[in-house]
Amino acid sequence: MTTKFEVNGKQVSVEVEPRLTLADCLRHELRLTGTHIGCEHGVCGACTVLVDGEAVRSCLILAVQAEGSKVVTVEGLSNDSDLTPLQKCFRKHHALQCGFCTPGFITTAHALLTEEPDCDADRVREVLSGNICRCTGYISIVEAVLDARQFYKGQAAKK
Amino acid sequence: MKNTFIGTPMERREDLRFLRGRGEYVDDVAMPGLLYAVILRSSVAHGRLVSIDASAALNVPGVHSVITAADMPGGPPIVPMRLQPLPEFKPFEQPVIAHDKVRYVGEPIAVVLASSVAIGEDALDAIAIEIEDLPAVADWRTAAKNQSVLFEKAGTNRSLVFQARKGDADAAFAAAPYVRREQLRTGRHYGLTMEPRGVMAEWDDAKGKLTVYGAAKVPFFNRRILSAQIGLAVEQIDMIENDVGGGYGARGEFYPEDFLIPFAARHVQRPVKWIEDRRENLMAMNHAREEECDLEVACARDGTILAIRGEVHTDMGAYMRTNGAVGARNVSQFMAGPYRVPHVKIDSALWMTNKTPVGTYRGPGRFEACFFLERMIDMIAADLGIDRIEFRRKNLIKSSEQPYPIAHVQPTDARDEYDSGEYSETLDRALKEIDWPKLSKLQGKLIDGKYHGLGAVCFIEGGAAGPKESARIAVNTDGTMSVYMGTSSVGQGVETVFAQIAADALEVPIERIHQVYHGSTAYVSDGYGAYHSRSTVMGGSAVLDATNNFMATLRQAAGKRLGCAESNVTLDVDKVLGGGRSMPLKEFAGLTAEGAFLNKKHTYSYGAHVAHVTVDAKLGRIEIVDYVVVQDVGRAVNPLTLRGQVLGSLVQGLGGAVLEDLKYDENGQFLTGSLADYLLPTATDFPNLRCVVLDDYPSPINPLGAKGAGEGGIIAAGGCMANAVANALSSFGAEPRQLPLSPTYIWELVQAGQRRAAE
Repeated sequence: MTTKFEVNGKQVSVEVEPRLTLADCLRHELRLTGTHIGCEHGVCGACTVLVDGEAVRSCLILAVQAEGSKVVTVEGLSNDSDLTPLQKCFRKHHALQCGFCTPGFITTAHALLTEEPDCDADRVREVLSGNICRCTGYISIVEAVLDARQFYKGQAAKK
Repeated sequence: MKNTFIGTPMERREDLRFLRGRGEYVDDVAMPGLLYAVILRSSVAHGRLVSIDASAALNVPGVHSVITAADMPGGPPIVPMRLQPLPEFKPFEQPVIAHDKVRYVGEPIAVVLASSVAIGEDALDAIAIEIEDLPAVADWRTAAKNQSVLFEKAGTNRSLVFQARKGDADAAFAAAPYVRREQLRTGRHYGLTMEPRGVMAEWDDAKGKLTVYGAAKVPFFNRRILSAQIGLAVEQIDMIENDVGGGYGARGEFYPEDFLIPFAARHVQRPVKWIEDRRENLMAMNHAREEECDLEVACARDGTILAIRGEVHTDMGAYMRTNGAVGARNVSQFMAGPYRVPHVKIDSALWMTNKTPVGTYRGPGRFEACFFLERMIDMIAADLGIDRIEFRRKNLIKSSEQPYPIAHVQPTDARDEYDSGEYSETLDRALKEIDWPKLSKLQGKLIDGKYHGLGAVCFIEGGAAGPKESARIAVNTDGTMSVYMGTSSVGQGVETVFAQIAADALEVPIERIHQVYHGSTAYVSDGYGAYHSRSTVMGGSAVLDATNNFMATLRQAAGKRLGCAESNVTLDVDKVLGGGRSMPLKEFAGLTAEGAFLNKKHTYSYGAHVAHVTVDAKLGRIEIVDYVVVQDVGRAVNPLTLRGQVLGSLVQGLGGAVLEDLKYDENGQFLTGSLADYLLPTATDFPNLRCVVLDDYPSPINPLGAKGAGEGGIIAAGGCMANAVANALSSFGAEPRQLPLSPTYIWELVQAGQRRAAE
């Protein structure tokens, strides 16, 4: 069946089997391979994308359920010219090693900081606890997200 | 210019693509005409494979073919061992697909090729399998009875006993004034990578070329295995390393699928891709740990360790895999840890069971050995009335004793020695960091419903496995240079580290090192890969040699063209200078030189873990108040990534200490087939961790002075946590003798203590 939604600001129309997950649709139909699949049962968070601003596990929803939504992936939170402030903080604090879980952490952290730019370390840890990283031990990821708060506070002020 | 990139915290080059979602992992590679492979795996732990009927599966629309052992002329090939490939292990090696028996839940039986993964999975249900059940062997004690035998021809479930020997332990025990004997065991863990494994293969019949994507860790070695199995020359096979989502010892070893997918691609003359799902990964990727010891330690009354003696039993799972013997070997050789032990006698038995086969997981055998000995040291110090820190200080090896010979292991005839270091300095530093004297007053105290405890343990980490590593430097058309490596990336940051080393040696800005290529078999003549904390030491030393050869080659070429003596030629950023003249480096595009580092010795970094924990005796819940790792690594090339190695491996170790355990029932049924069952640390579990990295004692065995340092965080985590918990629950007389320290186990220890008190 055909499903239409917006991905990273562009309208897309995809012909999919009803059982296709949004994660597989993004990766294999739309070739947005930054969204990674680590468990397919909603535990690891590697496939996290934003659906209408909310952090969502794209392995747990079907592509057809995204009909009419605005989906943002890690590619949509990136640009060619430079790393974003959040990405720069991840790099500065060495908050990634193999990089496989990283897109899920970026999308999750972006959703958190957009909503709660004043969150404290406990809150950051609580929200990130839905994403598994096997390389870093999380210390540096939490440091990076806390460091990035300043840039989101600025954004909130602009709005 | 004189660079100091080595030793400076450098942000990673890799991050620029990973952070934007632009990494390219094997499942991200697309190819026209792909078929997707899905693997039918045994649901029976032990049985005779009577029949496979795939006819109904072939009728499922979209299914292209089903491959079984019957499609392999001469029978399925065997996966040979890579490390310790002893003749004794031959009967226990794994066929790439089951053909007469199944020996563990998860063993491949058939490969379905279909136009999509979903259709392939649909077809799995349509394959009719008949298996005649045999009694399952689900633990080493059952294996030792030899009533049900996995390999009839071998006639025994014991594949080998490693023997670690030093001095005359029996004589030392006979004369010892004090001996303590304990049985301790660790859980079954594995190097779970966030990226499940994947293989994509393409066969070009016209060119006679096989290209395999998804290679990792040891692509050159795996190419040799595949070449022999599939009947192609190594030159006919290219192994391509994509970005790799974690290694930890488990990813990149040669698994059955590393034959099955290339075979399938050649068999059906179509490119084939297989991507493991997480359930498969839990039952198909190498398991690790699950060792049990019966250990004796002999001491003088003043706390001097006189000898250690005992047995270790490893639950190997169903087959001897490529690096499966490493853990059982290491636990015997490194049982003495960083301590001066003149007499050692350890027998380490490898038992075949109906479980997923074992391979290495970061700190193989070392995590277990550290837990075993360090747990006993706390018990012994208490017995002898000696402060447990003083006990350790007394027995730690001193710099003046280096190089220090350790136990040799038969039948591999592995002789080894520690290289350098004053081990007590790291312990002292860790105690100072955590303020041990102040915290000492809290030991065993109940405050706000929680018991406080301290643990302090020491460890040794081996690194830099030989025999060789290769590197090559080449000038690009734009006048930058690239580095080509024989080592691999498993996400640890080698592109940055090798660029630092090359730029320092060539005395150019680091941006002039345009790219560091690694892992694929096309880049250098020979490579040895990423394991045993060897990449920085071996690969980095090879880079140094390559830069020397590169400069010699450049001087020769430039001397002629500049009309000056070779010795007068210098490299200045993007220009070559000599005889008062200058040429752009890009004029030498294509100029290349390879280098190598050969080494048979190992590096030994070392350090200490110190923990302050609280335990809720009612809930069995452990919290870490503070935890410090101090590790001396000889020379820190990139302190930023090194901190990542230490803290990252520490959290993996804490997972093994308190959470992770792969479980089976008595029938060999696998009980932990999801991430809701196999518990991994998350961001809320261990917030209070610190590390200090020292480089006070360089390694004398390589030009960098560096020591392998990717495993120190994990090795001592089990021992440190167990000792801290024992200390917290000392009022209950609790002595943890197994890992993980699950809430149930803690509760049992408390209950047992209360029963003892009531009696």
